[in-house]
Amino acid sequence: MLAAPLLAGTVRAAETDVIPAAALIQPAELAAEMNGTPPTILQVGFSKLYEQAHIPGAVYAGPGRSEDGLTSLKTHVEALPRDAPLVIYCGCCPWNRCPNMGAAYTALKAMGFTKLKALYIADNFGQDWVDKGYPVVRGQ
Amino acid sequence: MQRRFFVGSAAALAFAGRALAAVPQKLKPGMTVPDFARPGLDGKPVELARYKGKVILVDFWASWCAPCVIAIPHFRAWQTQWGGRGFQVIGISMDDSSDDARAAAVRLKVNYPVVMGDARLGERFGGILGLPVEMLVGRDGRILQIWQGDTPPATIEKAVRAALA
Repeated sequence: MLAAPLLAGTVRAAETDVIPAAALIQPAELAAEMNGTPPTILQVGFSKLYEQAHIPGAVYAGPGRSEDGLTSLKTHVEALPRDAPLVIYCGCCPWNRCPNMGAAYTALKAMGFTKLKALYIADNFGQDWVDKGYPVVRGQ
Repeated sequence: MQRRFFVGSAAALAFAGRALAAVPQKLKPGMTVPDFARPGLDGKPVELARYKGKVILVDFWASWCAPCVIAIPHFRAWQTQWGGRGFQVIGISMDDSSDDARAAAVRLKVNYPVVMGDARLGERFGGILGLPVEMLVGRDGRILQIWQGDTPPATIEKAVRAALA
């Protein structure tokens, strides 16, 4: 049953728990970095969110929850030096319910990326990024 | 091609005319709910305007979204309990694949119409920039309340009961 693993997810540790606090970047910090030389930014959530609004320069890398998405993510970054600054974000759901960020973070760490940050979006991309007035573009 | 529709502070002033024109209008209680007509997952047409006169709960969800899936049994129960009193749930799936949405709807025994959403429909509803999103619509077609994120079903139920009273 589909509901079983999802319901089980409500009582077990959140998938985002694999991301250490030191690897988190707050929206205000990333927005400030956008004024200088921004890091490589990868959206690992759902495509219909990306099409409506995403951070300028961010690439849609595929959903971290699926094998196909992780394969796409790895393809997007495999040519990058392992010390390249990377930021992943999603914002599909409240942070502790996100099915994408933990798996994407784990995959990129396993590839050896040393300057990997995860954008901490507490509730969703709309409330925590767009509504705050941070830069956004739309389109595929 | 990407198109700027919202920019922050100083840049917003520079681009004001163009940016404001492209910002999706954020929906608020009191506004008329946007209409849409799409085929449902079962192939039957679903047109929101046809439900005017009913209390409608529009639910944006996805099969991989835990809070969405947890809420669906409640919506299903309310549809059964209050359908005869003029209550109607309409699901809009933001899944990439209609197969995923259809499979989830079957597993969850969804008993109300579900259509596939996309970015265009999301923008018509003011931007669906996170899930779940539920909108309660009154019998006059005006939005009564909007919830984003992990909302306790009891909170929504209270509002539905009030709208049906």
